[in-house]
Amino acid sequence: MQYIRPRTAAEVSHLLMTGDGGARIMAGGTDLLVQLRSGMIAPKAIVDIKGLDGIACITPEDGGWRIGAAVSGQRLGEHEHVRAIWPGVVEACELIGSTQVQGRCTMAGNLCNGSPAADSVPALIAAGAVARIEGPDGAHDCAVEDIPEGPGKTSLRKGEFLSSVFLPGRPAGAADAYLRFIPRTEMDIAVASAAVNIELARDGTIRLARIALGAVGPKVVLVQDAANAIIGSKLEDPALKALARACEAACNPIDDKRGTAEFRTTVAGVLARRAARIAMTRAKERAGENP
Amino acid sequence: MKNIHVSTTLNGDEAEFVCAPAETLLDALRNRLGLTGTKEGCGTGDCGACTIEMNGRLVCSCLVLAAEAQDADIATVEGMATGAALHPLQQAFIDHAALQCGICTPGILVAAKNLLERNPDPTDTELRYWLAGNLCRCTGYDKIIKAVQIAAADMRGA
Amino acid sequence: MNIPSGSKQEFKVIGTRVARPDGVDKVTGRALYGADFTVPGCQVGLILRSPHPHAIINNIDASAALALPGVKAVVTSADWGVPGDEGLRDIQDNCLARGKVLYDGHAIAAVAAKDMATAKAALKLIRVDYTPLPHVTDVDAAMKPDAPVIQKGRADESVPQGSAPNITHYCEFGHGDLDAGFARADTVIERSFTTAATHQGYIEPHACLASYASDGKADLWCTTQGQFNVRELCAGIMGMQASQLRVTPSEIGGGFGGKTTVFIEPVALALARKCGRPVKIVMSRSEVFRATGPTVSSSMDVRIGMTQDGRITAGEARLRYQGGAFPCGTVDMGAQAAFAAYDLDAVRTQGWNTLTNRPKEAAYRAPGAPMAVYAVESVVDELCQALDLDPLEVRILNAAQAGTRSSYGPTFDQIGLMATLEAAKTHDHYHTPLAENQGRGLSCGFWFNFGGNTSVSLAINSDGTVGVTEGNPDIGGSRASISMMAAEELGIPYDRVRTVITDTNSLGHNDVTDGSRVTFAVGLATIKAARAAIQVMCARAARLWGIDEDAVIWEDGAAKPSGPNAGNFEPMTLAEIAAIASETGGPIAGHHESNAEGAGVSFGVHLADVEVDPETGATTVLRYTVFQDAGKAVHPDYVEGQMQGGAAQGIGWALNEEYIYGADGRLQNAGFLDYRIPVASDLPNIDTVILEIPNPGHPYGVRGVGETPIVPPLAALSNAVSRAVGVRLHELPMSPPKILKAIMAKE
Repeated sequence: MQYIRPRTAAEVSHLLMTGDGGARIMAGGTDLLVQLRSGMIAPKAIVDIKGLDGIACITPEDGGWRIGAAVSGQRLGEHEHVRAIWPGVVEACELIGSTQVQGRCTMAGNLCNGSPAADSVPALIAAGAVARIEGPDGAHDCAVEDIPEGPGKTSLRKGEFLSSVFLPGRPAGAADAYLRFIPRTEMDIAVASAAVNIELARDGTIRLARIALGAVGPKVVLVQDAANAIIGSKLEDPALKALARACEAACNPIDDKRGTAEFRTTVAGVLARRAARIAMTRAKERAGENP
Repeated sequence: MKNIHVSTTLNGDEAEFVCAPAETLLDALRNRLGLTGTKEGCGTGDCGACTIEMNGRLVCSCLVLAAEAQDADIATVEGMATGAALHPLQQAFIDHAALQCGICTPGILVAAKNLLERNPDPTDTELRYWLAGNLCRCTGYDKIIKAVQIAAADMRGA
Repeated sequence: MNIPSGSKQEFKVIGTRVARPDGVDKVTGRALYGADFTVPGCQVGLILRSPHPHAIINNIDASAALALPGVKAVVTSADWGVPGDEGLRDIQDNCLARGKVLYDGHAIAAVAAKDMATAKAALKLIRVDYTPLPHVTDVDAAMKPDAPVIQKGRADESVPQGSAPNITHYCEFGHGDLDAGFARADTVIERSFTTAATHQGYIEPHACLASYASDGKADLWCTTQGQFNVRELCAGIMGMQASQLRVTPSEIGGGFGGKTTVFIEPVALALARKCGRPVKIVMSRSEVFRATGPTVSSSMDVRIGMTQDGRITAGEARLRYQGGAFPCGTVDMGAQAAFAAYDLDAVRTQGWNTLTNRPKEAAYRAPGAPMAVYAVESVVDELCQALDLDPLEVRILNAAQAGTRSSYGPTFDQIGLMATLEAAKTHDHYHTPLAENQGRGLSCGFWFNFGGNTSVSLAINSDGTVGVTEGNPDIGGSRASISMMAAEELGIPYDRVRTVITDTNSLGHNDVTDGSRVTFAVGLATIKAARAAIQVMCARAARLWGIDEDAVIWEDGAAKPSGPNAGNFEPMTLAEIAAIASETGGPIAGHHESNAEGAGVSFGVHLADVEVDPETGATTVLRYTVFQDAGKAVHPDYVEGQMQGGAAQGIGWALNEEYIYGADGRLQNAGFLDYRIPVASDLPNIDTVILEIPNPGHPYGVRGVGETPIVPPLAALSNAVSRAVGVRLHELPMSPPKILKAIMAKE
């Protein structure tokens, strides 16, 4: 096996193209090294992308923020401006692993690992985040929700890798929240999770909503019915009940060592309800701050 | 398989070693550099016994490739004391019985030191969540939390 | 000379909170654990493990592995003989399977190679031809007459004729007329319970380094709870004389019973013998989970009768344990411990052990007791709810005391149960109001404690300091308490004593560090070794003074004339006697060897407050208090540490820890990610109250404290959760899906 630390995206792409499937991208390495050790993967080369220009930067762009693929969870958490407008995305990213894992893990890696239980992915999808993909033909953008395809599978093609994630700008009176359920208080994989992103109208009703659920199917799901259930409401009880029902209906989970299908389904609805309330509180606060 | 030459800073000193491309920093520290204070409890980032600081951030050294240490600043438990003078956390752990078997102790000390440098006055809850990636099976964590708080108070006063 | 006997009351060193002697090494990274040793020329040993839960091994072909450059040796069970002793044979067969693999992860072969990468590649080249067999991992399923038979003919003489083929052991304890007892009850409750297998979860994986010279002399360094036991087992398996094998224990990174046997040590020796080079084996975490000792899983029925005013009239328990693929006697201890906290006229416990396709059970802190006590204490709590009685008052009303004929036979001497119950009753924890969705649970716990074979040597150094040499690995601070007892007895400051743990060649035999025996038994031997040294020092003083030895006493670290009649001499301190020892007869030392008895049983009471999220079934432990009788707390910090650590392990067992097997018979959670031991943010502070009811069997009144604290948390948590959610739970762990299901079923 080789360890390579290229300087340009083109080099990375070239290595991925020529490595006959045997090259793996490394950013934080917190999933990669576990897979390497267990023998799950045996790549011919590890391509460390941390040497690319700007790959570890958080940069403002069009009122939003571009998060480089090598930005660690802890670094993102330290960024007050991103947290101010996307608190749900930041809190989701901060839930990946322990403090030690936070020092290394990245949202890009979390996304590319293809786990339906990845903490940052529901929040990114609810946020309408856009991934920048580098490839043999240069860069293009892709909605985050179009990247996961199933457990361990993504829509990235040969030679492609993710170089950054863009979180768009947003008006006052908008906020997001992410909640997950784990058996302990830390160090577990989500058994069910929910991300809620809302924008309020001037009258305080929900104008726009995006709701994504994790760990309740083969990939993270964006639940339009759940969004519809709360659009136009102020999260009164009937809206919250309809939200939970829509979330439950969107679940297609499995029974496994981490939880039963029944449990995941019920809890996904509970989490969506609770996350919606948190997002509403935050949105009202932001509306008040920036009328 | 070709070995890689790595130049790094280790506990304040320049250090060089060779490593295999797939070798973890944990293995390089223990087997190439003789620093066995950093322990392996799981090899998968779930126990924190191999916690070190890399460029000021906590990492599980079992989840870092040794080759990544090139030009990095690495700090392990062996670098915590200043000469014969123990770090206040080390002294507090002895004085307040915060260890039993001691296998998790190096990782916990490094993690606690990193926290106190960021937040000199954490609440118990902040401390418990910060240390959630450091498993201890002997103590029930009670005396660890108390010892860190005592050291933190000591360091704030110092 | 004249040494005061019996219980000592006034202490200078005992009861203080001194710094532990291994503290600096352990906070600086200097302490050497199992995996930290190396020697020149050391090879990497790696073990091939079965992917099948149950299969015949038709053939093992290692030729391709041996042909790989850098591979030095491959061993299988064929490299060993077949021991006549059944117990030893089982341990050997667990280290390397013979003929059949009996569980997922069972070791089959091992390779020694120049490095890890070569060893890994070699394992892949070993071809094993298996014939898979039907398997069973569940305790109740394994006890059915038509279950797959794991090992034939392993039932011992206790098992009634006609029992199912996997049942290997039966036991029964109790006294009195059960029918009459139940007839006197106003309410009788009978419930069935299950508990999952849990792992000790020590953070340090098993590790050893073996060196075997061509003349048959061998050295083994390893992390273990008992180097003498390792030597005995390895010598037996390797066909060596014990004298030719020296075992040196490293610092030990946790054991909790799980490092009381061997797994990799004989394998490393076999590899070292075969390849003529030192071999080091370090287990991975998944190997630790798949192939080292979890405790038993259980299925239990408990029936208890109670009068309206809370008197228990009769108690009965049927315990079914599985301890993996080899015979296991742990159910005996469960059946004896189940009702130990109660003074009963009529009680009976029965226990069965069955084989399953799981790893061989290894001791885990109070083996067998936590689950049995969980079942009993759950039914007692439910009776209290049914009869609207205070659960603490009911325990007090029925508590075993000095003179009680215990449920397992012996009559209790001085015991601390009532004192712990009274302490809990007056503690503000018990009286603090609870909010909605919160519940408070309590449970008693018990452990026998052991003494056992112990050897200690104590040297008086010429500068007046003291070296204690003992043979029990220090798993929780015992070197401090042993030094303290030596200092106390000799009358010198603690910092003049250094205690070290030695190899198997330097002392007589020592039993394993288990059974909460070390502070009691090694402490006792240390005190007696100190007394032997004192006797010599008094004799030396007597000779110098020209008076009779019997006219010299030892007081405050010095020899003194016993009274005015003995003569008028200035006291001679230990240092003064030591300084001139070579002129008064030579070096001074004391030693003691015995099979210690009189360990003195231990009781504890735990209080737990929890809050359950009614929408997710998540349990938060809000408050936890441990009350326990320590006899005499030698080093209170480390007594508290045992109480807190045991409670934390029990909380993990109650809420989230479990071995999960798939329908394919394979372990699904062989790692710390999905085998969920409590993390720091899962737990509250764990408060402790130490009671001191002296053990008459120890000069300072010491009782073992290490094991009792894991016994009560299971029921304390289950009782708290059951009260919080308003529905009784009968299964551990109480993971959130189970609690939520129970809540939803209630609604």
